[in-house]
Amino acid sequence: MLLRKLRKITAFQAVLTSCLTALAVFMSLPIIFIINHAFKPQNELFLFPPRFFVQSPTFRNFESLILHASNATVPFTRYLFNSIIIAVLTLGCVILVSTMAGYVLAKYRFHFKGLIMSMITLSLMFAPETVGIPRYLIISGIGINDTYFGHILPALASPVAVFMLVGFISQIPSELLEAAKIDGASHLGIFARIVLPLSVPAVATISILTFQGVWGDVETSTLFMQEETMRTLAFYVNSLLSGLQNSVAGQNMAAAAGLLMFLPNLIIFLLFQKRVLETMVHSGIK
Amino acid sequence: MNTELTPSLAKPGRKSSVRLKLKRFLLDIKRDSFAYFFLAPFLICFLLFIVIPVVMAATLGFTSYDGFGKLHFIGVDNYIALFTQDIIFLTKAIPNTFLFALIVGPGGYLLSFAFAWLIHQLPMKIRDYYTLAFYAPSMAGGVALTVVWIAAFSGDRVGYFNNFLLGMGWIDSPVIWLQDPKYLLKIMIVVSLWTSFSVGFLAMLAGLQTVNRELYEAGRIDGITSRLQEVFYITIPSMKPQMLFSAVMSIVGTLKAGGISTQLTGMPITPSYSGHLIINHIDDYAFIRFELGYASAVSVMLLIFSYFAMRFATRLFGSKEEL
Repeated sequence: MLLRKLRKITAFQAVLTSCLTALAVFMSLPIIFIINHAFKPQNELFLFPPRFFVQSPTFRNFESLILHASNATVPFTRYLFNSIIIAVLTLGCVILVSTMAGYVLAKYRFHFKGLIMSMITLSLMFAPETVGIPRYLIISGIGINDTYFGHILPALASPVAVFMLVGFISQIPSELLEAAKIDGASHLGIFARIVLPLSVPAVATISILTFQGVWGDVETSTLFMQEETMRTLAFYVNSLLSGLQNSVAGQNMAAAAGLLMFLPNLIIFLLFQKRVLETMVHSGIK
Repeated sequence: MNTELTPSLAKPGRKSSVRLKLKRFLLDIKRDSFAYFFLAPFLICFLLFIVIPVVMAATLGFTSYDGFGKLHFIGVDNYIALFTQDIIFLTKAIPNTFLFALIVGPGGYLLSFAFAWLIHQLPMKIRDYYTLAFYAPSMAGGVALTVVWIAAFSGDRVGYFNNFLLGMGWIDSPVIWLQDPKYLLKIMIVVSLWTSFSVGFLAMLAGLQTVNRELYEAGRIDGITSRLQEVFYITIPSMKPQMLFSAVMSIVGTLKAGGISTQLTGMPITPSYSGHLIINHIDDYAFIRFELGYASAVSVMLLIFSYFAMRFATRLFGSKEEL
């Protein structure tokens, strides 16, 4: 009886594993393609019949991407620099701001808390794209277009991050915080020494999400930045790609740019993957 | 707050009771001042970039405004025009959006759950690889994937999709996939489904881990025979919070997906409006025609749609008191 049951499960698992493997390979085709495509020399890009895998890998595409842009008015490195500095600053600020908000919302009772929480829950469904116009008016109203603030501040309003952190921080035992208070720790001390270190898994999760959002974001560059020097890599790659459908020139640069846009996301995800599921367990809408 | 006052305090009358309440309220605020201080940075950004824009969009919807001149209040004229005169909105944007949202939203959601569940059946050791494979397309993000779609759906024989179909003998000449109004919306749907394994998918995977295994034993004793019954009667009810969270995420994801048509065709307006979604309609009026008032009216409609979609999701998975 037990043996039969065991065999049944393993048979089920074997079939399942093979089916899922096929599907997983199919799903990750675009990714394999991006990686292969980026290293194809010019003649392989237009080979007929098209080949999926690269035959003689080369770094030519990256070279021409960098050289092409350095001849233009704004050098490629400027876009890259913008993207990196914006991603790093945004990540740091989102983590700090959201954890602070998540901490008090999870652990203290005060006026308007209910209102704030329900507004956050409601705004989970908020897509910034729907209100691009008023956001543009506000950004230019407070005069932060063409500054790094114009990229960073809108990203700080991240209800998803706060929402996840509230879920996660409420799991931290209150006794721990009480004990620290008795030992004479200030609110800031409790936050910095207990809450922040204990919410590392949640912080890792929101880091992944925020980084993906910021790194690939084209909207802030298009709407809020009029100066070309303030725009990001995502914007540059996007403008490189649009109008590429029926042209031959630039295909090689696009291939390299695609990999450049994807790689940082992958690295960040691989670094933090284990923590993500740990967080999600506590962050549902109850 | 305690509304019941002690008899001796109640005597001076209503006015002072209000004053007392106010004083109490201010004292509370003072006591909790650190909480407000902690909350302030987030709350300021939240108000500035989410709450106020939504309110502004709602107000701008009642005006005629080109971004430079003066605001003119014109009442509900924008909404009347939207539902009586805007042929492109009525015949292209709405049907396209409904078709797109109905397939990509619930479809992507069900696929996410199905695959999260299947991956969960695998041995622990190899789960991570499958998670990565499914999550990777959505992680790559729109800009990086554009490279792929352009190469895959290229209109000449070099395009992978054309090459495959020609090789199989299913078509005689290459199809210009991305410029042909017949195919564009379908390709947009396929591509969006491909990238629909996002945060919600991860949340479901985590939710599956929280389900108490003893419940399955108990269910078997109570007469649950198939795995399908297990999923419906045990798994889903036990992970409702994650199900709702990922439902909300998939609604948002679907709303945002309008950019895909621009990425695929390289044009803000797709050929004969074949891939025109409501979000493209907003961009069209706001940033090409500069009719900000009208565009805001359209975005208010979109916000209302998404609100009702969320209400529906909450009805399905939520506990009753929320929203």
